[in-house]
This record gives sequence, C-alpha cells and structure tokens, in this order.
Amino acid sequence: MTVTEPGSPSIPMTTVPEVSSPPPPRPAGPFPAGLKTRMETRRLSFFYGKNQALHGISLAIPEKSVTALIGPSGCGKSTYLRCLNRMNDIIPNTRVEGEVLLDGHDIYGPGTDVVDLRRRVGMVFQRSNPFPKSIFENVAYGLKINGLCRHSELPERVEKALRASALWDEVKERMHTSALGLSGGQQQRLCIARALAVEPEVLLMDEPASALDPIATQKIEELIYDLKRDYTIAIVTHNMQQAARVSEYTAFFMLGRLVEHDRTEKIFTNPGQKITEDYITGRFG
Amino acid sequence: MTQPSRRRLLSNVVVGLCGGAVLLALVPLALVFFYVIKQGFSSLNWAFFTQMPKPVGETGGGMANAMVGTLILIGIASAIAIPVGLIAGVYLSEYAGGKFASAVRFTADVLNGVPSIVIGIFAYGLAVLPVHRFSALAGGLALSFMMIPIITRTTEELLNLVPSSLREGALALGATRARAAFGVMVPAALPGIMTGILVALARISGETAPLLFTSFNNRFFTARLDQPIASLTVQVYTYAISPYDDWHRQAWAGALVLVAFIFIFSVLARIVTRRLERMHRT
Repeated sequence: MTVTEPGSPSIPMTTVPEVSSPPPPRPAGPFPAGLKTRMETRRLSFFYGKNQALHGISLAIPEKSVTALIGPSGCGKSTYLRCLNRMNDIIPNTRVEGEVLLDGHDIYGPGTDVVDLRRRVGMVFQRSNPFPKSIFENVAYGLKINGLCRHSELPERVEKALRASALWDEVKERMHTSALGLSGGQQQRLCIARALAVEPEVLLMDEPASALDPIATQKIEELIYDLKRDYTIAIVTHNMQQAARVSEYTAFFMLGRLVEHDRTEKIFTNPGQKITEDYITGRFG
Repeated sequence: MTQPSRRRLLSNVVVGLCGGAVLLALVPLALVFFYVIKQGFSSLNWAFFTQMPKPVGETGGGMANAMVGTLILIGIASAIAIPVGLIAGVYLSEYAGGKFASAVRFTADVLNGVPSIVIGIFAYGLAVLPVHRFSALAGGLALSFMMIPIITRTTEELLNLVPSSLREGALALGATRARAAFGVMVPAALPGIMTGILVALARISGETAPLLFTSFNNRFFTARLDQPIASLTVQVYTYAISPYDDWHRQAWAGALVLVAFIFIFSVLARIVTRRLERMHRT
C-alpha cells in the first residue's frame, strides 16, 4: 500500500518528481489492525518565512515501534521531526499549518502546554549535546525541572535511565565527573538516558548516530531496538542500512513531500514508487 | 640578494617590529610598578593599614578607613551591577532580537565609553542632589554604572559562544526558556562571565572621578551607607595635591596598595577562570 500526498492545492506540483497521486487516504498507515497510533500529522505544512519546507504531510506513527524517516538532504525530515515536539517554535519567522495529534489532541491547538508537550515527546539530537555538568546532573536535569520525583528518588531514577540506555555499567563509578569526559558514543547514549529519564511517550531521534564511529553506532542501534518495547520512536536517518535494521515502518521524504510510507520491509524490497527505489538503491541523494 | 634571503630578512624585520611593539606596551606597566613600589614601599607600615588619618600637621596615621571604604563601595557597586548586568546580558542573548536589542547593545557600548567624570556628575544629580548629602550609596551607584555595560556585553558575547544545541537540549526536556537560560546556558558560560565581572571590578576599583562628588571623602571611619565615605583613590588624590611631604608619602603608599589590590583581582580572575574551565572540560 502506498500513501502519497499531492500537497495543498495552491502549491504547484512542478517541483515534485514523478509521483502518481491517488487521492490521499486518511493516514491510517500500513499498520496491522489493532496497532494504536501514538502520533499523527494531518496535512502538516511548514514555512520558513515564505519558503515552504513541508507540503501537507499526513503520516501516522504507531506506538511501540520505530518509524524511520529517510530522504535526501534538505527534504524536510528533520523539520518534520521538530514539528512533532514544537522545537521549531524557537525559530523566528516560521509558520505551521495542519494538525499534529498526540493521542488525538492537536499539539498546535490552543491550550497546549509546550513545556509539558516536550516532556511527553522527548528528543535526541544529531550532535550529542550533554550539558557541561556531571553525568548525574545531566540525567537528573529533566527530572528536577519538571519536578517529577522527590529529591531522594533521584539516584534511583537516574540509574534506571542509565540502565535503559545501556550506559550504567560504563559510568556508575564516575557519576559525579563531567559528562564532557565521556566518548562521543557515550555522550550520545547519555543524551538518550537524559531523554528517557523523564519517561516520554514518544522519542524523536534526529540522526542520532551520524556523528559516531561504527561500533558506537551499533550500540545505539541495539539500544533503539531494545527501547521500542516501551517507547514509540521516530528516527531520522541518512543511513539506509540503519533504517532497514531498526525500523518497522519507513517514510520516504522528497522535497518537503511524503512520497511513500510503508512497512520497512516493503519499502526496501518492493517500493511502490520508482523514485523511492532510485533513492534506496543509491541512484541519487 | 637572492629571493629567499630577502624574504627571510623581511620576516626578521617584521618579527623585530612585533617584539618592539610588545616592549613598548610593557615598559609603561613595568615603570609604573617600579616607581610606585619604589616610592610607596618605604612609607608602608603596619600603622598605614590599621590607623585613621592623623589631623593636619601630625605625621603618621594610615588609610584604614579608605581601604574599608573602597571595599564597601565595590561591594555596593557589585550588588547593583552584577545582577543587572547579568540579567541584561541574558536578555540580549536569549530573548531580544531586532531593533530593540541593537539599541540596547549600542546604549551599553556608549555608556561604556562615557567619561567617568560625567558618570560621576550623573550620579550626583541622581543620588546626591535630591537628598543633599554625599553618600557611599551614591558612590557605589556611580561605579555600578561603569560596571553594568561591561558585564552586560561580556555576558551576552559569552552566551552567544555557547552552542545553541545546549539550549535545544534543555528545551526538549521540558525546560522553559528562562530555565534553559539560567540553568544551562549561564552555567556553561560561567568561566567567561566570571572573568568579565572581575575585569569590571578591577576597572572600577581604580576609579576616582565618579567618586569625587558622590561618595566624596571622609577623614573618619564609617560603615554607614548614607554618609560620605573615604576611598583609596580619592584619598590618594587628596593627599597628592596637598602641600605636606608626609601626605605625599602616604599618597604613594596608597597608590601602591591600590595597584596591589587590582593586581590581586586580576590574578584572582585568572585562577577562578582556570578552575571553572577545568571543571567544565573533564
């Protein structure tokens, strides 16, 4: 099954490569029956000033699974990801159209507490960005600012998050040393632990392994594989093999449009669109 | 002359010029140190640090009141300028964009360049005229006007150097803008901000002009903030233009104490910066 998006009617289609466009169905997605949708966007468009970066993206992210967003550079996948926890709000002169639903509620609707939203929808960035504080303080930060637990429970919660991100054994002896002394891969897993500590419902990962060596990358991938038992994950990646390895569902973006969204296996073995196949087989991008 | 040797010669000449310029820059500093120590050291004694000024005509006495006064003035100035400058710097870096921010930035730069005597006159109009009394508070206020732009601009510049990925990381965990700014960004920039604050302190502790008609001077010891108060700089100035040899000697001693004071501040700034930076690195 293929989901294509013609974009909003006012936008000329000239920039889109050959995409046959059947009328877009509701983005139920290629999921087996009974799988609950955690997050969903409906006709989501995004503008940097006058520049339209996303054209009516309708996409559903099912719970307790990994959805990979792939596509060439500048295709809007990171922008899309950052719409899901409203991180784009801090960029001036930007505008959002359409809906982003988290458990059925539009997060761009009135009455949304952005701070609470970002607690519920965690994010891991491309470049690891540990705070210049101790390892403990990094993981405890989100718990402290959100007042999620009593002070006495902090060590326990921090340990839990570090175990979940498979970092505990490597850092338990040096919890109060600076996080900046860790290796790149460890720093990224620390950032994941930091995001997990506040127990988000959805975890967004923006090329979490692109700055890491192969061994560290493998650890992150194993971690993602473990995490999907408990978390709903959306991951942006440039690495096709990575998308194939870690995700159940894959969405292919191109020039701000969603070209194809399907089970990962289907996308990588029998894509519905020629352009998807060309991208995956490395003919461009 | 062959090509390579000409180039080498030119290089040597330029290196020589650089060295000369460095010497020229350092010589005045060395001379000031040398001369102040030479003239002032002989007049330094225990009494200078512990006693009040003696009445005119009596020799001896000290500047204990002026030293305490200078510390009080710096304390008042810091109490006003550090919070104001820090918060203004955070505002400029984290919140403000566009015209208002550049207006504030420009104003801070102009304020930084205003002659200190003019700042003294301003503080006189603001805090002395209305109450008809010179006071430590007015002096501290004048000094704080000199500190605020320095602290504001250093804070802003150093915050701009902190990678914005840290801010995003904090926001993504559910921090508010203010929390991200004061809980993550400011601590990350703290070594530099501390240096800025200590540089500002070193700068104002040597100021005389803003104090001349704000805190004025006082020949007696006082810790009351609503009274005129002595300061090392004004005391040195008063003694230096007096006709008495003993006062001249004391002025030199006062100048030496002041220079030592500022020197210690600067060294302290270095040490604190190093410490904080080391804490951040590993």
